[in-house]
Amino acid sequence: MTGMPAGRITRISGTAVAIRGDDLDTDRIMPARFLRALTFEGLGDHVFEDDRAASAARGRLHPFDDPRCSAASILVVNRNFGCGSSREHAPQGLLRRGIRALVGESFSEIFFGNATMLGMPCVMVDHDSIAALMDTVERQPGIAATIDLDTMTIQAGSRSTGIGLPAAVREAFLDGTWDGTGLLLERFVEVERVAERLPYISGFRSQD
Amino acid sequence: MGQTLFAKTWAAHAVRTLRTGRVQILVGLHFIHEVTSPQAFEMLRARGCRVAFPDRTVATLDHIVPTTAGAGRPFADPIAEAMAAALEQNCTQFGIRLFGRDDPRQGIVHVVGPELGLTQPGMTIACGDSHTSTHGAFGALAFGIGTSQVRDVLASQCLALDPLRVRRIVFSGSPSDGVSAKDLVLALIGRLGVNAGVAFAYEYGGEAVSAMDMEQRMTLCNMAVEGGARVGYVNPDETTFRYLEGRPFAPAGNDFAAACRWWTSFRSDADARFDDEVLIDAASVEPMVTWGTNPGQVIPVTGRVPSPVTPDAEASLEFMGLTGGQPIAGTPVDVAFIGSCTNGRLSDLRDAARVARGRRVHPRVRALVVPGSQAVKRAAEQEGVDRVFVDAGFEWRAPGCSLCLAMNADRLAGNQLCASSSNRNFKGRQGSPTGRTMLMSPAMVAAAAIAGEVCDVRPLLRA
Repeated sequence: MTGMPAGRITRISGTAVAIRGDDLDTDRIMPARFLRALTFEGLGDHVFEDDRAASAARGRLHPFDDPRCSAASILVVNRNFGCGSSREHAPQGLLRRGIRALVGESFSEIFFGNATMLGMPCVMVDHDSIAALMDTVERQPGIAATIDLDTMTIQAGSRSTGIGLPAAVREAFLDGTWDGTGLLLERFVEVERVAERLPYISGFRSQD
Repeated sequence: MGQTLFAKTWAAHAVRTLRTGRVQILVGLHFIHEVTSPQAFEMLRARGCRVAFPDRTVATLDHIVPTTAGAGRPFADPIAEAMAAALEQNCTQFGIRLFGRDDPRQGIVHVVGPELGLTQPGMTIACGDSHTSTHGAFGALAFGIGTSQVRDVLASQCLALDPLRVRRIVFSGSPSDGVSAKDLVLALIGRLGVNAGVAFAYEYGGEAVSAMDMEQRMTLCNMAVEGGARVGYVNPDETTFRYLEGRPFAPAGNDFAAACRWWTSFRSDADARFDDEVLIDAASVEPMVTWGTNPGQVIPVTGRVPSPVTPDAEASLEFMGLTGGQPIAGTPVDVAFIGSCTNGRLSDLRDAARVARGRRVHPRVRALVVPGSQAVKRAAEQEGVDRVFVDAGFEWRAPGCSLCLAMNADRLAGNQLCASSSNRNFKGRQGSPTGRTMLMSPAMVAAAAIAGEVCDVRPLLRA
């Protein structure tokens, strides 16, 4: 698939879109019926499907259905985004919809880890800055934004805000090792050594 | 300075610090199921990787299995059949042990692991499922992970992780009759909120937790993730060891004594320092019911629905069709569901059966009981618990995840309201985009099924 994240990730630029709400769970991002499949293909079409239908039924336009945001690559969210189910289908769907980074007040830990594994940084800003950023994005749909992991800022329009990311995660993006299988296999003999030390793997008798 | 169980287990499984600063942690036991693993196996094949430790991964079929009695293979649902077949094929190709639909050990992964004695203290455990935190009841560090991490565990038996802080949650005193571990953990989440646990592991302790059996401790740890904590655990003790002794995959004979010594060494030290501490008086907790669309939106059954103060709370109330200020008791229910990895074990079914015995399900209500595993189902049938339910008008079904997340045919229709012993009341969770969920204990679900509305189970227990 073209345009998917690969290698070192320093800067993400593109249109921003905002979805309001604290504690937005992964069942809402990707309802379970779309998990009835053997692959992640096609999930991009189903992101927030039920929320979008509910908005449409009330004559409202969900941000993901706003044509001005259809090419969005930066998603602005509130607190504890992606809580609940560990389903990677949620970040996979966002990624396949074109999202390349998220900025929010905070993220659920499992969602954050899954997004990191996909090369989709979830960066954090404080409560007031998120509120201001959301207002900006909603007032100017389709506004361009840039997240820079080198300078640790997000630029939206004329506004620049500092962003946060755990140092090791930032390093993994800058280093291109966010997809860590290779890193974890690098010194496999050390893995085997730890396994041998654990009696529930190597046998309790030998520890007597 | 003493150490926590978290720190000791982390240290025992740390392989090295990666150049990014994250820590490579060995995963001692890996569970997989049919929903979050097929893509991981595909990635493994695409990268030409083998499974590093095939005997440290165990598979079970649970999310998509039909719960109709006697539904054998091939499943009538072609997608369910394809997912089951893929799991079988992957397990065969890579040499992984599978408890399939026709295996007497099949069931929900978080029910099966413990009851077979696979889950043990001092382990690191991972599974592509957020309720993996359940296994922490044994004093293990159990992480819910995504599919790319499942791939990594298959390929390397490791995860790249950042350490968590530890919050000790002390439940003092004894809960009164009719108040279960489910009520205690809902009360906790109601107090701290659904995001308070982010970046924390929850260590549960105190008099009420020491007195709990293993199944209640599993309920407590299962719901840690609903409070935002990826990991929850209880220090292993005599109750843990007694539970494990004699289970098929637990150490046996002379090994068992050696294992108990090793397990005991992982307990948090008396002088361990915690990053935070929270005290909850278990004696003052009442049966709890959720009124909103996340598990933190919860009140005692004797309470009134709060008047919304935020747009999110307002949206939750509107979705639920409730009004601020109304008593939660008396809310009519359409469906009652007893089951799930939270409350689908034998003691949960016994608690509900105690309420159902000699009573009848309200004519308006469809009531389902879905045992957590084949073993739970057999044990319940041996002691006649199934008869109690069937005589009262409950459906007695085959094991699986079922109506907790509605990936099989068990689902809500339209805006039905379900009294549910499961773990999530998210919008659309039970299979209908407008379906509504109220979380409560199994005994409270049974009471709601009989009354046809949310009601306090305690008077029924005294009657």
